[in-house]
Amino acid sequence: MTLIEARNISLDVPDMSHQALIGQRRKLRILKNVSLSLKKGETVGLVGESGSGKTSLGRCLLRLHEPSEGTLAFDGQDITHASPAQLKPLRRRMQMIFQDPQSSLNPRHTIGSILATALKLNELDAGETSIAAILGRVGLPASASRRYPHQLSGGQRQRVGSALAVALKPEFVVADEIVSGLDVSTQAQVLDLLKGLRDEMGLALAFISHDLSVVRSLCERVVIMKNGEIVEEGLTADVFANPKTGFTRTLIASIPLPEVRPGWLDQ
Amino acid sequence: MPRDPRIWLGGGFILFLALAAIFAPLLAPFDPLEQDLMAATAAPGAEPGHWLGTDSLGRDLLSRLIHGTRIALTVAFVAATLACLLGTTLGLLAGYYRGWVDAGVSRLIDIWMAFPPVLLSILLVAVLGAGLTSVIAAIVVIDWTRFARVVRAETLQQARLEYAEAASALGMGRGAILWREVLPNVLPVVLVLLSLEMGIAVIVEAILSFVGLSVSTDTPTWGGMIAEGRQIIYQAWWVLVFPLGALFLTVLAFNQLGDGLRQWLDPILKR
Repeated sequence: MTLIEARNISLDVPDMSHQALIGQRRKLRILKNVSLSLKKGETVGLVGESGSGKTSLGRCLLRLHEPSEGTLAFDGQDITHASPAQLKPLRRRMQMIFQDPQSSLNPRHTIGSILATALKLNELDAGETSIAAILGRVGLPASASRRYPHQLSGGQRQRVGSALAVALKPEFVVADEIVSGLDVSTQAQVLDLLKGLRDEMGLALAFISHDLSVVRSLCERVVIMKNGEIVEEGLTADVFANPKTGFTRTLIASIPLPEVRPGWLDQ
Repeated sequence: MPRDPRIWLGGGFILFLALAAIFAPLLAPFDPLEQDLMAATAAPGAEPGHWLGTDSLGRDLLSRLIHGTRIALTVAFVAATLACLLGTTLGLLAGYYRGWVDAGVSRLIDIWMAFPPVLLSILLVAVLGAGLTSVIAAIVVIDWTRFARVVRAETLQQARLEYAEAASALGMGRGAILWREVLPNVLPVVLVLLSLEMGIAVIVEAILSFVGLSVSTDTPTWGGMIAEGRQIIYQAWWVLVFPLGALFLTVLAFNQLGDGLRQWLDPILKR
């Protein structure tokens, strides 16, 4: 069953390098005619070089950006131009894990207060025990709730970011480059965590990454992007075994490991 | 707890001044308005009880200094706080909502900054009529731009950080994000500016007193004392030097407190 469906989405942003003296800024099209749909429980990798529009697409899917053209539907409901008030009841069901938890966690609030705010906003129980349970699920001690983001390590912060997203029990999560700033062992822990949550709660996951080996181990389907367009998509195994475009072949050839066995993380 | 000595010294001196202002009638050895022409322009310590000497009308300088603290600190706290509230509100709105709000506020700041501030304040007080309220009004009207400019820039930068977007992804409304997420991150800068602005307010009040546009002459003010002392600088240097020193130390204390706060509050943001 299709949970989220984007059809022919384009996104224009004001071109900051050109300031018109009078009138509107020139527009820059950063997503061109992109279509993508996710079923419940499905994991799709969004892959591409930086500036290819994968993060913008992720944000469009969550309606953090409003698409300039095309339609976007969540669970059968058209949300392309929905107002913040119309989106509010849907917010709990779709969440984002941000690339840099250093800047996505407010430095002025404790972890406990950040989690409590998120829970209260969505009318969930924000008691001490439920916060401790959420922290426990991502492998953090209950005492972490009294700490400020800068008092945690990078890996711990990323766990808090994941905890924040999954605390609301969403059905759809966009994970934006969540392992790119972490060392390999912490990467593996965060990925394991995400896999566990996916299997446990059956969430649809859009996994944005430029790390193909991670994508290969985690995602059933993969979408390759370049310059705001989808250049190739398909089942991960097919795309890796049989890349159709030269760009994909270059990307795959750039994987640092000579032989990537699927499931290398599980060992 | 801040370990910076500037915070303790600056804050301590301001606390000392505040106590002097509150308990002025108890602390001052003489009535600040009592004239004693027999003891006019007495040097410090020359007449019994007049530790800092007397002015040309024989009024006790120490008592006048202590009573002058009241006007100086009232203006510092009230005017700076009001300017801070006005400027911070406009700066937050402009930096957060951008668009026409920002365009309006920014143009207003540009126009405001084109006026020479001291002349504008003298003009304002001349139009409003002398008095404490006019002095405070003049400072607020002129100095809100200091807050608005800095707060707008800081808000622009903070609102672009991902935590604001993360809050919106969690379903928080625009107003709530500004109030709960952005404001706490802008507040340190506001605090620092506020303490610096208090020092500036003290100076502006002294300037207006100096040109006779502040409170009426029978209320002792530092600026008024400096104006009187200037006329008899060759006969009685102490009439000029002591109020000048008080002014200098007060502004220095506010500035040191501001600098100390800046350093103490900043690392939390940076880390």
